Amino acid sequence: MLATQILVDGFAISALYALGAIGFTLMFGVSGVLNLSHGATMVVAAVTAWLVANKFGSYTGAAAGVVAGFVTAYVTYFMIVRPIQRSQAIPSEEKEIFVLTGTLLWGIMIQEAIAYFYTDNPKTVRPLIEGVVNINGVRTPSNEILIAAICWGAIGLLWLLVNKTRAGKALLAASINPRGLTLLGFELSNIYLLVWTIYGVLAGIAGVLLATFLGTSSSQTGQLTASAFSIVVLGGLGSVSGSLLAAYVVGYLETVTAYLITPEIRSMPALILLVLVVYVRPQGFLGRR
Amino acid sequence: MPKKIIRHATSVAACSTACLAVALAAAPSAARAADAEPIRIGIISEASAIVGVAIPNAAQLAADEINAAGGIDGRKIEIISYDDHNSAADAVRAFQRAVNQDHVVAVVASYISEVVLALEPWSARLKTPLLTPGAASDEITRHIHEDYEHNKYTFHEWLASSSIAQSICDASHDLFVTGYGMKTTVVMSEDAAWTKPLDDRFLKCLPEAGLQVLDHIRFSPDSTDFTPIFNQIEGKKPDVIITGISHVGVQPTVQWAAQQVPIPLGGNSSQSTTSTFWKDTNGAADGVVSFDGAAEGVATTPKTMPFTEAYVKRYGVTPAYTGYSSYDAIYIITEAIQRAKSTEADPLVTALEATDHVGTVGRMQFYGKDDVFTHGLKYGKGLITGLTIQWQDGKQVTVWPENLATGKLRFPPFVKVKQAAAN
Repeated sequence: MLATQILVDGFAISALYALGAIGFTLMFGVSGVLNLSHGATMVVAAVTAWLVANKFGSYTGAAAGVVAGFVTAYVTYFMIVRPIQRSQAIPSEEKEIFVLTGTLLWGIMIQEAIAYFYTDNPKTVRPLIEGVVNINGVRTPSNEILIAAICWGAIGLLWLLVNKTRAGKALLAASINPRGLTLLGFELSNIYLLVWTIYGVLAGIAGVLLATFLGTSSSQTGQLTASAFSIVVLGGLGSVSGSLLAAYVVGYLETVTAYLITPEIRSMPALILLVLVVYVRPQGFLGRR
Repeated sequence: MPKKIIRHATSVAACSTACLAVALAAAPSAARAADAEPIRIGIISEASAIVGVAIPNAAQLAADEINAAGGIDGRKIEIISYDDHNSAADAVRAFQRAVNQDHVVAVVASYISEVVLALEPWSARLKTPLLTPGAASDEITRHIHEDYEHNKYTFHEWLASSSIAQSICDASHDLFVTGYGMKTTVVMSEDAAWTKPLDDRFLKCLPEAGLQVLDHIRFSPDSTDFTPIFNQIEGKKPDVIITGISHVGVQPTVQWAAQQVPIPLGGNSSQSTTSTFWKDTNGAADGVVSFDGAAEGVATTPKTMPFTEAYVKRYGVTPAYTGYSSYDAIYIITEAIQRAKSTEADPLVTALEATDHVGTVGRMQFYGKDDVFTHGLKYGKGLITGLTIQWQDGKQVTVWPENLATGKLRFPPFVKVKQAAAN
């Protein structure tokens, strides 16, 4: 009973973690950008979904949230990241730091704006499907099952895109050797645009699902970025399958801690694991570098 | 921030026209009033939280009323508000600035115990009266009691956690034990300064009220997933869950409803006292029971309804519990200044101690120097007892005490209660 409970709960939360982190890691792998406004992007999607759902129903709200995540990603790219990447004034070896600082500040601006207009009270979106299902004695909200299904659906589509389409293969190639790709006549900026599009949609979906599952607020942006960041470091920077593995390790570690020890120290074992991994295997579970 | 500046700007503009008009009308006393130095009161709170922003909003409303009636002996009250972003360090800086630079005569600050406990020593050092309209920790008054001469500048203008716990126990006895024949409970509180004395009292007074405490769970206020907590509680099979939550509220409520936890939620859920709670939870609040200071549509005193209406008209939402007490705080300070005939700290403290004010939440008096809860609000019948509200179909219905109740308890279908005993 308790084991089933942990299995079911851990699965949904891990799927959500995976979806949140996967775009983040893909972007780092392909374009070397660590987007520290990641949490803010998810919260924008969540709050938009909440706002729209209040007037036009859950599904329209969810769609609007995903669009908002996508738009935020584009704004981040065109207003913050690309100007820094193209700037002549910033020495190229300092650009990564500038992108980190720029996206961090941008994330804080978004956070403050949301707090100002919609307060930092947590918002929740009505579940896409209501009701509960009994899985082997565990009362599971149907929405939780739907969340896991959507997450895995999105991850599956991403896999198909990367491995089966020409654009996706170029994406993969860019993460391995960007210079080689330009020599073959690919426009890197198109590939960056593609990766930001994928990122925006994934972060949008993750934000909306988070809002229907646990709820979220502007004060959680830092925490969301940090959790994506630690999952990505744990899995190996830039490695998509590493992030998937890490998301499940973190998700289940947290759930097991919450159930078997106490909810008070839920995130602690995962953080200890992160420290250990950084010591013993700095490249992460499946990292290449 | 911009909204505040605009508001200040408009009030300045409004005043300059109004004051000019008054001056031109050549009423000598009014002209003197406009000339006289205003009396400044500082407000420190978190502007982006609904419970936080109710403090400056309500204070401004009170100040405008007092000013419209001629101010304090012709001197206007000026509210200066500072956003502490829910940080004790920011609040301390704001307090120093308020006293040293803006020369306020008193400060009304925060609903977070941790913040108020950080401000308390500064109120003593800078010898400036500090009233908190929303923090609850018993530590605040304990400090005053233990070192009166030093800490006497702080006033706990809200019920202490132990009084809130007592009110909840009294209400739980009437509502859950007598009304529904409930016998057992689990206490579920966030780990924060205000819940320590709350839980201590719960563990004593709930059994006295007829509810055996099967388990006592404290969780991190950063929690977002409450499934394991509800799961653990359900395993104990209590008749009701008594909460002590303020930092969290929306998330546990939504998850309680989504997971269809079959046990009613009672106790104190501060976020549920705001009128936006229904929308924030998408209606998951249905059936949630909570302690509240005052509620919309309940005439706790003759002042409650007019204040609520004025507040809703001006700000579009109902005041959170802090709104009521902050509105009262400005009146309490005003009356104290009039009694003391001074804005100096020491005479003002003496005058504040003599407070006997019928405010929006009840009759307000402070415990004296020799009482354990020195400068805390007196709790009890004829003074302040607090209310118990329940969310029903998008509305807060007052269910306790009986003489103020506007409805009866009613739970959503997934909550399993023994209906038999109810009738």
